[in-house]
Amino acid sequence: MSEVVKTDENIDGDKRDFIYIATGAVAAAGAAAIAWPLIAQMGKAADTLAAGSIEIDLSKVVEGQQLKTLWRGKPIFVRHRTPKEIEEAEAVDVSTLRDPQTDDDRLVPNPEGNLMPAFLVMIGVCTHFGCIPIGEAGDFDGWYCPCHGSHYDTSGRIRKGPAPKNMFIPPYTFLSDTVIKVG
Amino acid sequence: MSGHPSTYEPKYAATKWIDQRLPIIRMGADFMTFPSPRNLNYWYAFGGILTLCLITQIITGVVLAMHYVPNIDGAFDSVQRIRRDVPFGWLLQSMHAVGASMFFLAVYIHMFRGLYYGSYKQPRELLWIIGCVIYLVMMATAFLGYTLPWGQMSFWGATVITGFFGAVPVVGESLQQWLLGGYAVDNATLNRFFALHYLLPFILAALVGLHVWALHHVGQNNPIGISQKSKSDSLSFHPFYTVKDAFAVAVFLLIFAFFIFYQPDALGHADNYIEADPLKTPPHIVPEWYFLPFYAILRAVPNKLAGILLMVGAIAVLFVLPWLDTSKVRSLRFRPVARWFFFIFIVFSFILGWCGAESPDNMVFTVGEKIVDGNVVPIGLNFVWLSRIASIYYFAYFLVILPILGLIEKPLARPDSITKAVLGDAPRGGETVAAE
Repeated sequence: MSEVVKTDENIDGDKRDFIYIATGAVAAAGAAAIAWPLIAQMGKAADTLAAGSIEIDLSKVVEGQQLKTLWRGKPIFVRHRTPKEIEEAEAVDVSTLRDPQTDDDRLVPNPEGNLMPAFLVMIGVCTHFGCIPIGEAGDFDGWYCPCHGSHYDTSGRIRKGPAPKNMFIPPYTFLSDTVIKVG
Repeated sequence: MSGHPSTYEPKYAATKWIDQRLPIIRMGADFMTFPSPRNLNYWYAFGGILTLCLITQIITGVVLAMHYVPNIDGAFDSVQRIRRDVPFGWLLQSMHAVGASMFFLAVYIHMFRGLYYGSYKQPRELLWIIGCVIYLVMMATAFLGYTLPWGQMSFWGATVITGFFGAVPVVGESLQQWLLGGYAVDNATLNRFFALHYLLPFILAALVGLHVWALHHVGQNNPIGISQKSKSDSLSFHPFYTVKDAFAVAVFLLIFAFFIFYQPDALGHADNYIEADPLKTPPHIVPEWYFLPFYAILRAVPNKLAGILLMVGAIAVLFVLPWLDTSKVRSLRFRPVARWFFFIFIVFSFILGWCGAESPDNMVFTVGEKIVDGNVVPIGLNFVWLSRIASIYYFAYFLVILPILGLIEKPLARPDSITKAVLGDAPRGGETVAAE
């Protein structure tokens, strides 16, 4: 390439700086304005957000049975616990837990304001990496995650293994004595 | 691209005309006459093999995309349709799926080669780092591609891997849902994974261009790690290494063909023949074989965030390797102690792969039994502990052994030049220069 003509003689440095900064600022704002929709499009779409709520009839779940249903692409576990399971869940010393919660903390009161410990409703997703734990398994009679070996007790609380949290309780309310609305 | 003086002379009017306007033939000709060290062995054939792998994956991938349906209602069936109904689909799908494994096989050999001969050392640090970026993009591409058949392993693999992002403090959940486009792996996820899986190989091709550019700027390393000093140290890339590479490629393709035609499913997992079911996790989730060592490192720690950081660290450490290894001697041929630590490193890499494939609580060996709370519990080494031992060695190799060994190890005497290493004291053409 041949030499280029020098054009930086006799220039007003302050004026140049101002022009550089002003041009750069406009270009940065423009880049951000274009980047925003490109990033935001990957978020949850309106129809995904509207996927809303489901109703579950608890009376269909008999003692010792677990119902699995999908809510927002994730499984909801409805476990009709046996008296032995409830007893085990309540007997635990909360201070020894990784994510301390009493069994009552994990229940939602019915219209009369009473807890129904027979029914445990939770998001059936291991809090480690999102696998679905297997019921009536593990060292604590609750759930066992086959992916990386997390053990949950009969209240869905993490007891052993790599998961950091108890299985989450979804937002739900009682529509009647036996019907709940999740979401 | 190449840093050596051009020797190309256009012969015809047409080639002269082109050469004056765009010297593209010259670039190709200079590439073919690139002076390469005369002592390259077959471990140096994997660059060429990897280029072939990338081209194979792109061509078969583009063709498969003509028949694949990136929608959760059609994805699984469309892959089965490709294998059963599309003309030669069985071959193309198998080439692509087996090709991914062969790609990783070749890249691991290529990386171990670089580690052994010190190819990451000055002045090849950037060449090495670009290679590490290529490896990262390869891993991303392979993961995205594995999701597409929408089998059980596809779905749950995607759930576990995107779950890594959920472990990021504070913004984790939002980040994860942004990646997924929803609350869980679903149609939005499959759609975007397909789009990105189609994009990334072209990014890879561009990165390979940079990798080769950097290689030709600094010149190839070689098994003795001593730079080329005279003309007698080098050979023209063509025909010497084109022919050598071609033979290596032929052997590699034999292995490739064995898997395609006789064992197309040996490197995959049977559970991926079951369509994805968001309500049921397979009893034993494992990644593809080429991710197993990192999976073992992830599971070695009983803490979610720490496990991920360690796994990311296992790859990040490669990026800073040029500054961790304090030895000035490139090739481990002349480092009698480091050499053995390297061989142990390879063994532990395989052990990590083995740990990744097994259930953490399974026993490697037992030496007896004891009774805990009425249950019989075996005593011995389980895979969690084996993976812990292997992970410690993996990191110690880079963070402790290489930095310290470079300072205290006494390297063996090295030959004065490549020519001398090849011919000994026999008569030779060029003059020699004192050793580095």
